[in-house]
Amino acid sequence: MQVTALSNAKVGSAGVVERIDLPEEVSHHLAHLGFLPGTHVEVLRRAPAGDPRVYRIDGVEVGLRNETAKHIFLKLAKTQTKDAA
Amino acid sequence: MSSCHAPAEVLVEEPPAPVVPGAKVRFRTVALIGPPNCGKSTLFNRLTGMRQKVANYPGVTVEHHSGKMKSIGRSDLTLIDLPGIYSLATYSEDARVAVEVLTGKMPGVPVPDCVLLVLDATHMNRQLMLAAPVFSIGLPTLVLLNMSDQLEARGGKIDTLALAKELGHPVALISAAQGKGLDVIPDFLLRAGSKPDDGTRPLQLPILQSAASCRSWATQVTGRTKYQAPAAALWTRRLDSVLLHRFAGPLIFLAVVFAVFQVVFTIGQPLSDGMGTILTNLGAHAALALPDNWIRALVRDGLWNGVQSVLVFLPQILLLFLFIGILEDSGYLARAALIADRVMRAIGLNGKAFIPLLSAYACAVPAIMATRTIENKRERLATIMVAPFMTCSARLPIYTLIIAAFIPNTRFLGGIIGLRATVMLSLYALGFLAALITAKLLNSSVMKASAAPFILELPQYRWPTVQSLTLRLYDRGKLFLKKAGTIILACTFVVWVLSVLPLHGAQFSDITHSIIGHIGHWIEPVIRPLGFNWKIGIGLLSSIVAREVIVGTLGTLYGMDPATHAASLQGALRHDMTIGGAIALVVFFAFAMQCTSTLAIVRRETNSWKYPAIQFTYMTIVAYVAALVTNQVIVHLF
Repeated sequence: MQVTALSNAKVGSAGVVERIDLPEEVSHHLAHLGFLPGTHVEVLRRAPAGDPRVYRIDGVEVGLRNETAKHIFLKLAKTQTKDAA
Repeated sequence: MSSCHAPAEVLVEEPPAPVVPGAKVRFRTVALIGPPNCGKSTLFNRLTGMRQKVANYPGVTVEHHSGKMKSIGRSDLTLIDLPGIYSLATYSEDARVAVEVLTGKMPGVPVPDCVLLVLDATHMNRQLMLAAPVFSIGLPTLVLLNMSDQLEARGGKIDTLALAKELGHPVALISAAQGKGLDVIPDFLLRAGSKPDDGTRPLQLPILQSAASCRSWATQVTGRTKYQAPAAALWTRRLDSVLLHRFAGPLIFLAVVFAVFQVVFTIGQPLSDGMGTILTNLGAHAALALPDNWIRALVRDGLWNGVQSVLVFLPQILLLFLFIGILEDSGYLARAALIADRVMRAIGLNGKAFIPLLSAYACAVPAIMATRTIENKRERLATIMVAPFMTCSARLPIYTLIIAAFIPNTRFLGGIIGLRATVMLSLYALGFLAALITAKLLNSSVMKASAAPFILELPQYRWPTVQSLTLRLYDRGKLFLKKAGTIILACTFVVWVLSVLPLHGAQFSDITHSIIGHIGHWIEPVIRPLGFNWKIGIGLLSSIVAREVIVGTLGTLYGMDPATHAASLQGALRHDMTIGGAIALVVFFAFAMQCTSTLAIVRRETNSWKYPAIQFTYMTIVAYVAALVTNQVIVHLF
């Protein structure tokens, strides 16, 4: 299993959130949108300008700038497996 | 979007609870709470109808909606709409307000007797995270799983009985958008109101301050109750692949904005003109009933002329808000924020500043209050400083007046694009540009950018409901009429009095020799280079109170001048101004800080007169210079 920053994952790839290195306030907000270790996340699309990008996490679509996404790390899934949780 | 053959009957699943007969508790206040985007406002509108009150909680800027639950036959109950929040952890002011209201510590707000907790049934794992802290408050709670239509249409399943047992609170599936399942609410209120709370719940709550623990609790609950999340919203994905497309996305964004302005003109202008004719005739007829002396002059030339010149813009303002409402309710606005984020970042503004700035298109006052969501002080200040540059609806009357009077109704590109809409859009762009440049200036000098994150949830696309749109228009219309009946009426009264005084014997002054004429001629040298005559100057002075006032003042002044008395305000302006002066006037309004309410709110939010003073001076100088350049360029080029 390869661990990578969310901002580096290609559009169309998916994985499981490994850890989030962000200040408490930010990670608290993200957690309530579903960004918690163990959750399945998918890179859905880029905004027209390339950044922010849209992620699908637990059925919700969330837009994040790469500057935030680079502090979220995920284990890339080799094949596109669906949420196991 | 929805299945039409869904069974309509919905059951409230109640956990077994001891019933003590005779112990009746009378309910008065019900709190409505839910995460953002769960359809809470739609439900609130459904339950209360048009009879809601909007106020601010004391000491904070969070808005407070409340209303009688008349739509379900319980006008004895007050429903309080709490802010949309993900958790009760007090990182944000919204959450603090919610906690204070729920625990009865908010001054002036009665302690709620029970809670309606709205959750989006299509995202239960996430939405249930709010349930634990809400239950822990200990009030009787009805859990309303909203968007049952979406859930069914996309093949999701919820066992409400199992969930009610698991949660220890009654649970019901509803669709606020379609008005389905809402009859459980009066049932619950009756039952909960006639049953004492035993206080013991068979519920294991997670550690409330930890998001991870709330989350794993929620996941366990949905797992045990065999919740099946619905399939992805296909239509939303398909639409997004077009609306957020690399090339098509921004183009569609521009086309949408342009179409809005086009419609405001092509449909709104004839409506406004028609309304103008009706109001003029109405005034003329009503004036006949008054004695033919100074009273008639005051009412017809002074008050009515002024107020009706502003009133005619009601159709256009309502049309604009109808479109903003459709864009917001459908979910497109969140996509627009995503498209615009790159620009916001380039000027060093927080992504979160986008929403306040967007709402500044309606009015800078709520926009400045909304900046409280920006934690970083300097970024918040930057947003406050630039917000009044966004084209608020108070600028619309003078913009449409000048454009209709001076810009020909030319169309190009096969009639799709009108010149008037183009000019209007340019004025909006001008204000936005001024905001961008000011933000950039602030950022590179006084304030340094920080890395506050941009986190934006993209809701599914939904059809806006007629009810919610109606309510928006009603609110807007009421506000506009109120302003016309108070501030604008008062200003036109003052302008009229000053324009007939001093009295010469029993005769009014003629307007050029009146007090206001003297003031006007005294300031004329300053504004002459801008292409403004003294009447415009008086308009500018009076509009420091509020931007719309200029239209009322001009209506009064031109209505009293014998030379332009018979002409419409548009005609009078055409007779009295050059095209250079006219364009310079709208440019002036694009930049100038003509609004005492905004200055007052900036003073309140920054707790100092320094910032409103800087803002007023800076914006007035920018407006003056820009209008001067505009007029001089037009005069020398044409």
